[in-house]
Amino acid sequence: MIPLPGEDGALYQRDRTWHPPANTPGYKSTTFRAPKHPPLSLAQTRSELTGPTFGHGSLGPLDNDLIHNFSAEGGEAIGQRLIVYGQVLDENARPVRGTLVEFWQANAGGRYRHKREGYVAALDPNFGGCGRAITDDNGYYHFRTIKPGAYPWPNGGNDWRPAHIHFSVFGHAFAQRLITQMYFEGDPMIWQDPIALSIPDRAAVEQLIARLDRQNTTPMDSLAYRFDIVLRGRRSTLFENRSEGN
Amino acid sequence: MLNALPTLKETPSQTAGPYVHIGLTPGLEGMGGSNVPDLGSGPINAGNGQPITIAGCIFDGSAAPVGDAVVELWQADADGTHAEGWGRTAGAADGSFRFETIKPGRVLGPDGQPMAPHLTLWIVARGINVGLHTRLYFDDEGEANATDFILNRIMDSRRRKTLIAARSEVEGRPTYSLDIRLQGENETVFFDI
Ligand SMILES: [Fe+3]
Repeated sequence: MIPLPGEDGALYQRDRTWHPPANTPGYKSTTFRAPKHPPLSLAQTRSELTGPTFGHGSLGPLDNDLIHNFSAEGGEAIGQRLIVYGQVLDENARPVRGTLVEFWQANAGGRYRHKREGYVAALDPNFGGCGRAITDDNGYYHFRTIKPGAYPWPNGGNDWRPAHIHFSVFGHAFAQRLITQMYFEGDPMIWQDPIALSIPDRAAVEQLIARLDRQNTTPMDSLAYRFDIVLRGRRSTLFENRSEGN
Repeated sequence: MLNALPTLKETPSQTAGPYVHIGLTPGLEGMGGSNVPDLGSGPINAGNGQPITIAGCIFDGSAAPVGDAVVELWQADADGTHAEGWGRTAGAADGSFRFETIKPGRVLGPDGQPMAPHLTLWIVARGINVGLHTRLYFDDEGEANATDFILNRIMDSRRRKTLIAARSEVEGRPTYSLDIRLQGENETVFFDI
């Protein structure tokens, strides 16, 4: 079988200039946690070009509904109700189907349900703050949640994180594994945030900003934000002789 | 050789932050949620083989334990094929992590020769801007390690030992121990894969 261009072969090399460098002094936690050695380039093998798969049986029925998946019977999380959705694509603009997307966030007041959380904002008894979804045949995921609040954090004297949702995505190769954060269109705090600004290229930061989508709002229920995610793509190997496929 | 150019840019990485355990190991954090066990928890499903334990500890550049990490493992079955050998665990407050699994077989390397048995590890935490990929090799595979394509790519041979776990026996079960050092003397070799 002749593979279609981009469907077999190694992944494009990661463009490290598009990602934050390991050590970003504005984000102080990187000081002792950033490796000093540059990462060693590694020829990709099956250990990197394969990865785990997850079926729908891996998920619970409310995993993509953060308004209800931690609430007491009949209860709902407090906050501005949102639908967050988007398409997971690879760098060749092909949908990444059947892949696991996980997300976690603070509540509407900006408070995480975590034992080491230090912010005084109230916990919402009906909000846990984590969920997961598997992309459909066109690479789309969606979930319901409430808009997370901004929150202060111990970095500079009085740093605040802009409202954001953390995302984890698998893809189909372990080398595609990605963790990132989604921000909200129009939020001025993005441009004062040491973590968003750990990314040197403004256009790359823009790629993390979800767009308000008035076409997909639910009347008298939820606003919609669209956040597309791009994972590394595979090179064409039409003219390569390979000892193995994937 | 002809390659298509990518048309989109990869979404940039951001740190997993201090609360990554909420998102990736919610059961351990007591999140309950919709009551599905944490994905990747429990013994790793890599088929039949020699049962082993992987034990490690993560340290930062000031030799302090990294107590908020998540570690994922991906490995071949005993016959060298990758199927379901994935696991995930929350690093403990003392920086330690462990996996129960089986010893992997040999996977074909880029030179067409089998690589030495190894596990692939991926580490995220607060202060790590892009998830770190590394490998764990086994110190009782000296002969295979000596000819491993990837280990031999590490030009400074002194750094190879940062990837080689030491075997001991705990109640008759082989345990392989490897500490991960994010920075400083004996910094672990991380890969740009
Ligand atoms: Fe956060």
